[in-house]
Amino acid sequence: MSAIDPSDRYRRREQGLMLLLASPAVIVIVALVVLPVGWLMGQSFYDNGFTLENYRRIFSEDIYWRSFMLTFRIALMVTLLTLILGYPVAYAAAHVRRPWDVLILSFVILPFWTSVLVRAYAWLVLLQRTGVANQVLERFGLIGEPLALVHNELGTVIATVHILLPFMVLPLYSTMQKIPRELMLAGASLGGGPLHSFLRIFLPLSLPGVIAGLTLVFVLTLGFYITPELLGGGRTIMISMVVSRNVELYNQWGAASAVGVVLLVCVLAIFIAVGRIIPLDKMLGQK
Amino acid sequence: MKQPLLPRIMFGAFVALVLIYLILPLLIIVPMSFSGTRFLTFPPPSFSLRWYAEYFGNPNWMQATRMSLMIGVLTVLIATPLGVAAAYAISNGTGRLMRVLHLMLMLPLIVPIIIIAIGIFFVYARVGLISTLTGLVLANVMLGLPFVITSVVAGLQSFDPTQEMVARSLGMNRLRAFLAVTLPQIKASVFAGGIFAFISAIDETIIALFISGGQYQPLTKRMFTALRDEIDPTIASISTLLTAASFLLVLLAMSGQKRSAP
Repeated sequence: MSAIDPSDRYRRREQGLMLLLASPAVIVIVALVVLPVGWLMGQSFYDNGFTLENYRRIFSEDIYWRSFMLTFRIALMVTLLTLILGYPVAYAAAHVRRPWDVLILSFVILPFWTSVLVRAYAWLVLLQRTGVANQVLERFGLIGEPLALVHNELGTVIATVHILLPFMVLPLYSTMQKIPRELMLAGASLGGGPLHSFLRIFLPLSLPGVIAGLTLVFVLTLGFYITPELLGGGRTIMISMVVSRNVELYNQWGAASAVGVVLLVCVLAIFIAVGRIIPLDKMLGQK
Repeated sequence: MKQPLLPRIMFGAFVALVLIYLILPLLIIVPMSFSGTRFLTFPPPSFSLRWYAEYFGNPNWMQATRMSLMIGVLTVLIATPLGVAAAYAISNGTGRLMRVLHLMLMLPLIVPIIIIAIGIFFVYARVGLISTLTGLVLANVMLGLPFVITSVVAGLQSFDPTQEMVARSLGMNRLRAFLAVTLPQIKASVFAGGIFAFISAIDETIIALFISGGQYQPLTKRMFTALRDEIDPTIASISTLLTAASFLLVLLAMSGQKRSAP
């Protein structure tokens, strides 16, 4: 019946045309993401034949385990810090009058589009032994001798929070902006204090933004490479560094691939779990 | 709603501090780049243009800069039309398949770049694309596509598709109707998407670390290597120029978007 329905035929032709239009982009993604990552997966199970050796090593050798733990710990710290720093900023941007909201948002967006490499360099300059941060602290007599602020986990966290803070603020802001002001007024008129209205009305309504921000920041930290490499001082070995070291220093392609696959599985699991609460395209559209 | 003064001041001060934290690192590199010494003391004891002279006078830095610009321009020229076509398809298409394709086109934002980087290294090693311009441009097209698509899909959402239908019913073919009616109205989002793809290509470092070499090394790869070995103050001058360029491009993209908004 449907085969002779002209509107159905039109729809099918339309669908075909759309697939054709999307295909060049899809081919690029298949060739440069799907195929390479598939290859990597295959490689992780291969060493002159099928093997699970690479995975056995990840789950039995201490270095891998320590690196995964370190990475998840840093990701958790960074995520909580970006939420604590980012929520008030997004709240302010969503509530102040005209020129100020633009100002606040430019302070968030400009660093967002600055090279990660440039920002890592800036933090090296700021945090090193003779750097600005130590000089200021010393001048005000707060410290007797320079603190080790960089080439360790602390420096990595400080710079990572800086780089990922916009990924927290922007989804928060876009959610908060849509919360009707009248709701808070209604809360107040019913006798709720400002804190009460905030906790019972505003906070719950801002939760989708919170979840999107938490997810993005956490997942992006899991895959961070440049910042820990430059600011970690060779002691803060995050997962992505284990992957690159296995390739660059030890030529262990199988091991590198297996670590990469475990990282990818973690990331996808998080996205899928959160995707049940918030549609994924909404989350990524925030960028 | 009137709130007590003290908490409001404390809240404002906290927000101000976070904003300083966000912007300070970008500002600090400017005086450092004009420093007269090798040492990164602040404020610099003397000022000079020596680190800019070092950058512009060094053929290696210049070659890397030309390389980055070429990669950026070629990436935009390829990623923009591919991205616009895909965004058009996503906006007009229906059904489950199109949703799956849309998600697939966002993969570069989902999969950690380090994994894509070594995967691409495997594939490129097989097909002989290591240390080639083609290889670098292709990788950056892949990374830039999500930016173009996201921006153009958003632009098409605020565009009324019946206008294009009208043009077609008046006898234009689909391509002409798109070029004459739709494209002029979404050009700001196309432009913004292109700029974001350009910035992303100029800033890309991780994939370049694995697949670039010889004369085909972009600026970021040389910067990364220089930073890993020692803190060369030349980086401050390059960083200042890069940051200024990003600022201008972002302002350009945003002003274009604003002007087209109703």
